[in-house]
Amino acid sequence: MSDDVIDEVLAILPGDPLDAIRAARPAARENAQRSYEALFEPVDASEASLAERALVAQFVTGVSREPLLTDWYRAAAVDAGAESQAEVVDALVATSATTGPFGAYAEVGLAEESTDGLRLTIDAATRQLLGARLASAIEHAHLLVFRPREASAAALDRLLDAGWSTTGIVTISQLIAFVSFQLRLVIGLGALQADLVESGATAPTGTATPRSDS
Amino acid sequence: MTEHTVQHPDLERPERFTQDSLGWSPWLEPLPKSEFTDRHWEAVVDRARADMPYFALLARDPEILLARTRTDNDIFYNTEGGAPRAERELAATATSRLNGCVFCASVHSRFATQNSDRGEDVQRLLDEGVTATLDPRWDAVVAASVALTETPSGFGTEQIRALREQGLDDVEIADVIAGSAFFNWANRLMLSLGEPQVPKRRSAS
Repeated sequence: MSDDVIDEVLAILPGDPLDAIRAARPAARENAQRSYEALFEPVDASEASLAERALVAQFVTGVSREPLLTDWYRAAAVDAGAESQAEVVDALVATSATTGPFGAYAEVGLAEESTDGLRLTIDAATRQLLGARLASAIEHAHLLVFRPREASAAALDRLLDAGWSTTGIVTISQLIAFVSFQLRLVIGLGALQADLVESGATAPTGTATPRSDS
Repeated sequence: MTEHTVQHPDLERPERFTQDSLGWSPWLEPLPKSEFTDRHWEAVVDRARADMPYFALLARDPEILLARTRTDNDIFYNTEGGAPRAERELAATATSRLNGCVFCASVHSRFATQNSDRGEDVQRLLDEGVTATLDPRWDAVVAASVALTETPSGFGTEQIRALREQGLDDVEIADVIAGSAFFNWANRLMLSLGEPQVPKRRSAS
């Protein structure tokens, strides 16, 4: 449980320039956190377990090379009792982190822009360590992180075949997509924070004085 | 009951990026309205969305749908200070162009055009891609969105300074970051849960 994961990993404290900048979009700030809670402290974990959720997030942040959230989600996986699987995910991150976005377009007029790259297929021994559900979710996460334009109905069939329900697929898709957002907020706001520190700023530009009548 | 995907072999697919209105067909079955409870109705916010396949599918996990929608609305529609609406939509369009989400790009390129009256520049971004030259300020917004969207991210203080040089203040920069980051969420849902289609032509009039 955390009041605000993004503030916590970036060490944003009340009164910091970044605190005031984030306060300009209060609903976005609050609901980024509500989104995190909906996915990682869910009211209903029957279609995707807490360990599955944390391990997939560990993979997404790991292959995206965002270290602050990788540590966060790896710790969540360990807390959920999945330490040995977290080690397997570490190894998969190391071998499958590539560059993106790439992939073949389905649109015929964009065929010339199609590009190729590294695709992840988890080997049988590793699949056994993770179980079919988690292995298929991690392969799907690799697809969505690096080549979302290649997503397909066939990719969803592989999740169904591995034991995911339709509702579970919606949850895991939201999770991969949300973490892709969250890690970019951390990267982007972290860069803004670094720039403000380097320039010695004490008060951010563009933040309005709170109105006393609202 | 065996759950399965829904294939659409006969859809007319768009052939390239476009500002035209497109449809979207899900590969998984949306939650039927007959199965909506209070929790699901709250999550779709606007009841009409229960008839839209994208929202009705996402309603299967209502808590994350509701938080997603509220995040989206504040990033793009809260106009208390910050970046002009057009530039937030430009960040969304550039992100969608790079990731390859033809559906998302169609919606948000239209919004960028409506908010800027610069439809030809927006179209060049769609036609030529994210390296198209628009004007210095828009180029900085597009370049920042691209750097943030690539994996591994190339976004850092260099992009912040390029935005500052074009006159963006801290909150405007944060809006560009959030707009691009949010479309890294939206693109992955739209691309992975269904596909775009060219709407059937209405009868000639």
